[in-house]
Amino acid sequence: MGRDLMGRDLMEDFGSAALKRLIDDLPGAVTESHANLGDATAVVAAARVVDVMLHLRDELDFEMLMDVTAVDYLGRDPRFEVVYHLYSVAQNQRVRIKVGLADPGSQAMPEIPSVNDVYPSANWMEREVFDMYGIRFEGHPDLRRILLYEEFEGHPLRKDYPKERRQPLVGPRN
Amino acid sequence: MAQHQPPLHFPERPADLEEDFERDLHTEHQILNMGPSHPATHGTVKFLIELDGENIVNLDIQVGYLHRGFEKECESGTWYQAIPYTDRLNYNSAILANIGYVMAVEKLLGIETTERCQWLRVMSGELSRVADHLTRCGAGCLELAAMTPFLYGIEARELTWDLLEMLCGARVTSNYVRIGGVKHDMPRDFPATAKDFIAKIRQLLVDFDDVITSNRIFVDRLKGTGIISKEDCLKYAVTGPILRSAGVPLDVRKTDPYLVYDQIDFDVPIGEVGDNYDRYLVCVEEMQQSLRIVEQCLAHLDKIGPGPVNIDDPRVRWPAKGKVFNRMEELIQQFKSVTEGPQVPAGEGYFAIESANGELGFYLVSDGGAVPVKVRCRPPSFVNLAPMGEMLKGAMLADLIPTFDFINMIGGECDR
Repeated sequence: MGRDLMGRDLMEDFGSAALKRLIDDLPGAVTESHANLGDATAVVAAARVVDVMLHLRDELDFEMLMDVTAVDYLGRDPRFEVVYHLYSVAQNQRVRIKVGLADPGSQAMPEIPSVNDVYPSANWMEREVFDMYGIRFEGHPDLRRILLYEEFEGHPLRKDYPKERRQPLVGPRN
Repeated sequence: MAQHQPPLHFPERPADLEEDFERDLHTEHQILNMGPSHPATHGTVKFLIELDGENIVNLDIQVGYLHRGFEKECESGTWYQAIPYTDRLNYNSAILANIGYVMAVEKLLGIETTERCQWLRVMSGELSRVADHLTRCGAGCLELAAMTPFLYGIEARELTWDLLEMLCGARVTSNYVRIGGVKHDMPRDFPATAKDFIAKIRQLLVDFDDVITSNRIFVDRLKGTGIISKEDCLKYAVTGPILRSAGVPLDVRKTDPYLVYDQIDFDVPIGEVGDNYDRYLVCVEEMQQSLRIVEQCLAHLDKIGPGPVNIDDPRVRWPAKGKVFNRMEELIQQFKSVTEGPQVPAGEGYFAIESANGELGFYLVSDGGAVPVKVRCRPPSFVNLAPMGEMLKGAMLADLIPTFDFINMIGGECDR
């Protein structure tokens, strides 16, 4: 292992020990990893994300799923990336899990298994990602828009959604 | 409610009247809309409450009324232009959000700020934390119909805002922190005024404490309501005073000290039960600790004496105004700083600070240009609000008011 931009030894960074164990315990699940800027990061396949989360929670003491978000790298393959940030209170470690999702075209939504059953905190955060990026979380109990309203057209944090776009005026629902 | 038809002629009086009455009274669950604008909630949020009599069976929380596209706006401006937007996340403690965002950018840039700047950031951040907790506790009393402590709290908050105004010229949306430093050093008369005001704030906190902490009505409304266990907190990733009131001493300032928190002496108060009263007590104690931190900052700033508050790094340095008007090089640099701002190296980084509500994290992605690819704010009030339905299952409708208040959902931060 080398050193990061801040000159710190990567293996001494918080999170890297957990990352190493994850790679050793679940062979084949982690396709890529780095610890740039001290953030231990693992890229996993969408099909393995629930396995990885269960392992992180039950074996590696990551009690908290702090954040779920997504990034739209328009023009790159895979286009979307769902990003999870986890924290272990017991060991004071952080780890980041990333899942690449290809763009299925304008008629369909990219899909990824929901981790709501592993970490209930994912409920609202996955709804927000669905709302903003149009990524469908399979197995989510209540996948509705959360910050925007039902009649909103499009998913505003996608890079091909123009900031100036107007939305149709909707009346009261009931 | 079901339409209960009265019988035309009364039947034989049953042996156990009470039991029969319960059986005959066909009650149905009632749906109650509360909000989006309700006098007992400070914040724009709508609750869809399913009630069985006066007990909450189900609670659907609908947020998003203050959504204004924070992330989209940040992704269409320069790195600098996002700083004023962060002021408007949690408008009670704007500087804490400034610090969170700016330090995430600094992490990507790989720069460390000067010593004086770090102490100034800690001091201004802790003043903001006091203002935030005062709002939470004061408004909490107000919503439980106690006007006097609210006025004490707001008077103390005015004092912290006066101090912030001396520091950066604005009371609420301060926009004080810059990439690589702060806007400017504190004015010369600041330490003396701050010492005076801190004494006044301490006295107001004593008055606040005297009038409300052991008030029978206040205690009855808060004790045993809105309970969330330690395990549930972790499951729902709840952080901040709510998690600490459940007995977990988790504070980013201690677990992963940023700025100069490792050189400062302060305690992290925790509660036992995890109810609203514990949250109130934790917040009150945290204010005392924050004032302690501010005093240590003032003493240390006095000790190290004057010095630079901005890093001398060509990527983020702003030239001195006098030179901009008279010299070519500085004029060009000023022009480049305004129109383009710093070029942040490609990469991704997550940086978390302890804001007044819990862990405030920023996840930034850069492609090496002057415009961010992704600015994600991990909002503590959004995450903390999610398990509110769990906290209130089976509770009385009236318990919703103090619970919502002590979760301290701030619309600007929750809805972004």
